Amino acid sequence: MSASSAAFRPATAMLGLSIREVSQALRDGRVSATELCKKCINQIQRTRYLNAYITITEETAMEQAQRADIRLSTGKPLGPLDGIPFSVKDNFCTDNIETTCASNMLKGYVPPFNATVVQKLLDQGAVLVGKTNLDEFAMGSGSADGVFGPVRNPWSYATQYREQSKEDPDSDWTITGGSSGGSAAAVASLSSFLALGSDTGGSTRNPGSLCGVVALKPSYGLLSRHGLIPLVNSMDVPGIMTRSVHDAATVLRILQGRDERDSTTVQAPNTPPSLPEHFDIRDICVGIPKEYHAPGLSKDTLAQWSRVAAMFEQAGARVQEVSLPHTQHSIVCYHVLCCCEVASNMARFDGLEYGHRSAVDSSTDAMYATTRHEGFNNVVRRRILSGNYFLLKSNYERYFVKAQQIRRLITEDFKTVFRSGIDVLLTPTTLSDAARYSDFIQEDNRTRSAQEDVFTQPVNMAGVPAVTVPTALSPRGLPIGLQLIGQTLQDWKLLTVAHWMEQQLNFPLVRFHEDSNKRELDQSVRERTHTVGL
Amino acid sequence: IVGVEVFSSLSYGTTAGSWWLCKTTCTSYTNTSMAASSSGYSRMLFSLRKYTNKSQSLYHIDTNFVIRTIWTSGSKKQLKTKVQTKSLPQMVGVVGLEIHAQIQSTSKLFSGSHVRFLAPPNSLVSYFDASLPGTLPVLNRRCVEAAVLTGLALNCTINRKSLFDRKHYFYADMPAGYQITQQRLPIAVDGTLVYSLFEGRRRNQVVTKSVKIKQIQLEQDSGKSLHDNEQSQTLIDLNRAGVGLMELVMEPEMCCGEEAAAAVRELQLILQALGTCQGNMAEGQLRVDANVSVHRPGEPMGVRTEVKNINSVRHMAKAIDYEIQRQMEVLQSGGTVLNETRAFDSKSGNTIPMRDKEGLQDYRFMPEPNLPPLFVYESEASVPVGVDSAQVVVIDRLSAQLPELPSVRRTRLVETYGILREHSLTLVNEDGLMDFFESVVQMTKVEPRKVIGWVMNELMGNLNLQSLKVSQSPISPCALAELINLVESGHISSSTAKQVFQEMWKAPEKTVGQIVKEQDLWMINDKEELRKICQRIVDRYTEEVQIIRGGNKKVLNKLMGEVQRETKGRTDPVQVKAILEEMIS
Repeated sequence: MSASSAAFRPATAMLGLSIREVSQALRDGRVSATELCKKCINQIQRTRYLNAYITITEETAMEQAQRADIRLSTGKPLGPLDGIPFSVKDNFCTDNIETTCASNMLKGYVPPFNATVVQKLLDQGAVLVGKTNLDEFAMGSGSADGVFGPVRNPWSYATQYREQSKEDPDSDWTITGGSSGGSAAAVASLSSFLALGSDTGGSTRNPGSLCGVVALKPSYGLLSRHGLIPLVNSMDVPGIMTRSVHDAATVLRILQGRDERDSTTVQAPNTPPSLPEHFDIRDICVGIPKEYHAPGLSKDTLAQWSRVAAMFEQAGARVQEVSLPHTQHSIVCYHVLCCCEVASNMARFDGLEYGHRSAVDSSTDAMYATTRHEGFNNVVRRRILSGNYFLLKSNYERYFVKAQQIRRLITEDFKTVFRSGIDVLLTPTTLSDAARYSDFIQEDNRTRSAQEDVFTQPVNMAGVPAVTVPTALSPRGLPIGLQLIGQTLQDWKLLTVAHWMEQQLNFPLVRFHEDSNKRELDQSVRERTHTVGL
Repeated sequence: IVGVEVFSSLSYGTTAGSWWLCKTTCTSYTNTSMAASSSGYSRMLFSLRKYTNKSQSLYHIDTNFVIRTIWTSGSKKQLKTKVQTKSLPQMVGVVGLEIHAQIQSTSKLFSGSHVRFLAPPNSLVSYFDASLPGTLPVLNRRCVEAAVLTGLALNCTINRKSLFDRKHYFYADMPAGYQITQQRLPIAVDGTLVYSLFEGRRRNQVVTKSVKIKQIQLEQDSGKSLHDNEQSQTLIDLNRAGVGLMELVMEPEMCCGEEAAAAVRELQLILQALGTCQGNMAEGQLRVDANVSVHRPGEPMGVRTEVKNINSVRHMAKAIDYEIQRQMEVLQSGGTVLNETRAFDSKSGNTIPMRDKEGLQDYRFMPEPNLPPLFVYESEASVPVGVDSAQVVVIDRLSAQLPELPSVRRTRLVETYGILREHSLTLVNEDGLMDFFESVVQMTKVEPRKVIGWVMNELMGNLNLQSLKVSQSPISPCALAELINLVESGHISSSTAKQVFQEMWKAPEKTVGQIVKEQDLWMINDKEELRKICQRIVDRYTEEVQIIRGGNKKVLNKLMGEVQRETKGRTDPVQVKAILEEMIS
């Protein structure tokens, strides 16, 4: 991405740069960290209608930026992220900054510590501008099921989409995907250079794909989960969202590695300082898993998948069809395991130590029950109920153990394919481009998750790394992304291939329709969506 | 089953102290208290309304209680309780124990918070202990080492790989809504506890028995709930939440309270010797639940009850024997024993049914996803390449650290001092008694076998009479040695010495010399004076003198007794006998 391509509007000129470019601009003194931070905050305000942010941390951000400026002006920046504005999904704990998980349960909850990944970014001088919106407790694939209302996809306010739409921008807009929709929208709408998401079944890659940003789900254990409010501990990983693969690699390099506060983390493999600029794709063998030709795959997405596969082949890479035979069973098992861990992880929200507490105090049990009823939405409550059912002594073997066994087979599928000489797998990330919100909510969260996570959750089951790369715009003007899947702890190699792919694709930056910046967030949408019964 | 106590209502007197402590020290409770508020966090006290119709009451710590000799604990009548029936064999009790031993470590099982008894409420609570979302468990190596050491001392097989599980239930002092334990694969299995106890009519025969240890598992302790019935609220103290526990499960191989008491006492001594648990039951460092049933030998096991709320070894023995007796009586009268949880009431000595909330509970066990399998290595050589051997648990290293265990110590005492085995049992089992004995031995020239008499009879007799610990003895080892030395050098007689011992007990501020002098108890060694006294007796008892002269020498003993009475025992019987014989012949 170049500076010229982003220069569609002077006010946001700097904002369209990649981290690498803007970091150079900061060092060269072409812009100060405080100016950059202010621009991001302004952009957040201008795009408030997207509902991407739950909390804007302007005051602390400006202080952090001022400190970055002192370092930059003395020529001693802390690293490539010094002075770079970033945002964080609101399920990562941030010291002294409200962390809600988009749930009534944690409204007003202020953690006393930073998640390890957040701390590492702050330690590098990055500037936290806000906490981003999500599905409640990251349970969803649309970012439409949080207590603060749905996130709107920036691309549905871009020129191309709006020019085709015959409807009002307040009724005709698309979802971001989820659950890290706020983070994806923040990066896509140029209000953050980098955003952290979390990825349990595709929650980083899915919105990354629908919002046209690079979204990396690292190998399980490579990044610390300490401070990430868990969904499924055995699958959660912090996700990285940027506008270029190179930037994602820069951030990965900073965030990866063992954390003594997370016993499941591993030592990071040796990583060179940056991705190779010149890389011979002819050494690479790309697998195309045949099971990913799933029902419901849109013809536009299929066309892009074929195009990029052909592109690899024409460039001299070996491309071959492979099989991951247990893929079809993955989503069912994913749901069983997910619900079990949700039931367990949510048990701590009892209204005693922190979070919402019901006014009902006739008894401890009544207080627990009403607190949890008031605190959790239907989606969360349903998963808790299902999970507890699966974990009952009489059901444990039939559900949990069986799902774990299938999980092992799915992991074996990936291992077998990689052992056969495949370097990366190329798949769609989602079935299609982003759905209109009004269409999306026709089905419930459970159904949507089963549809939307189909290409992404096997990766979490197996713990392997995957990245979605923005590929093209659909005829509606909405992004289509493709997913590359790598071997465990071969994240760098995965990004190297993704980098090559990105260079061939030349995906554009968003260009907002001129009316869009005058928009205000329609409060009625928030309220309406909040009460949508599921 | 877990380290959660729900005590049924008991002694108010002793609990008031701890309750008020909490109520007055901790005031920063708010209804929506964020665990995070920067200032008041560590002092935060969680509070909730109490479910009024639940049978919950104050958590109680009987601080006045003192651990006493256990083999004298069981009252005579309840030992070997058996109900006679005509043709069938006698019913016998079957006892199995589940013991929670709090691991002696500076920090908790999965967090860095300190472990300390009686610290101000909620002053030892990390973010993890309060279950703040996003926190993760980090296993404390010291706790693993304690479990391995304990396993080794109990001849267990140490599992090279063990796993952690979550056990779910809602309880206010279990903040995460689940306890991390080792349900599927515990750290140690298949051990044996060898213990000795006194048997026989005079309770002076030492019998050695053993009980199998099914497993030792690592798990988290819960916090404490304080139920304030008057204000209908429960106060939560999380200081104990997350402290490491070793749960030891003993097979049902014991038959009565006395055996169980001896086994627990031996375990206590082993844990204390290892330094893996302080073992104080009154402070809750060792908590015992007893599974009790009765049956006729050869028949299937009876329905069992679980007895909780036992806070001393002596109470445990009482509770078990009461429960065995109760079950036998229920069956004798044609009733059936219910599978239930019962609480021991130390005041009445009875067990009473507890409202069993956990009876129908499904714990929904699940593997703990945040903790990888726990690996323990045989030797330094077996630690895999790339793993820092200083950071892992190595069995060989721990075996080398095993201290002298109580059974070895007893053998050493028997061999070193030539004392009886039953005395070695008492010396080791009684806190501080061995040190007391060895100090006295060092400060006297008499044979250790003479010292043991003083320690066992005079010292222990008086201590037991007043329910005192050895450390509370008014007579120091030094004073006792002085007394023994006076006997040995012939300055006082041994009968006087016993009298002096009682005086010393009553007036510990006085020296042995002072007491002997004040009461004029020095031995009469002057021959002339002795002759005068003997003469007076011979003159007074002319009749007896005649009988002796007639050949009945036995009557001389009566005259000797009279001399002793006259002199308050301050004479040497050998000398007196010689003088009397001379006078009478």
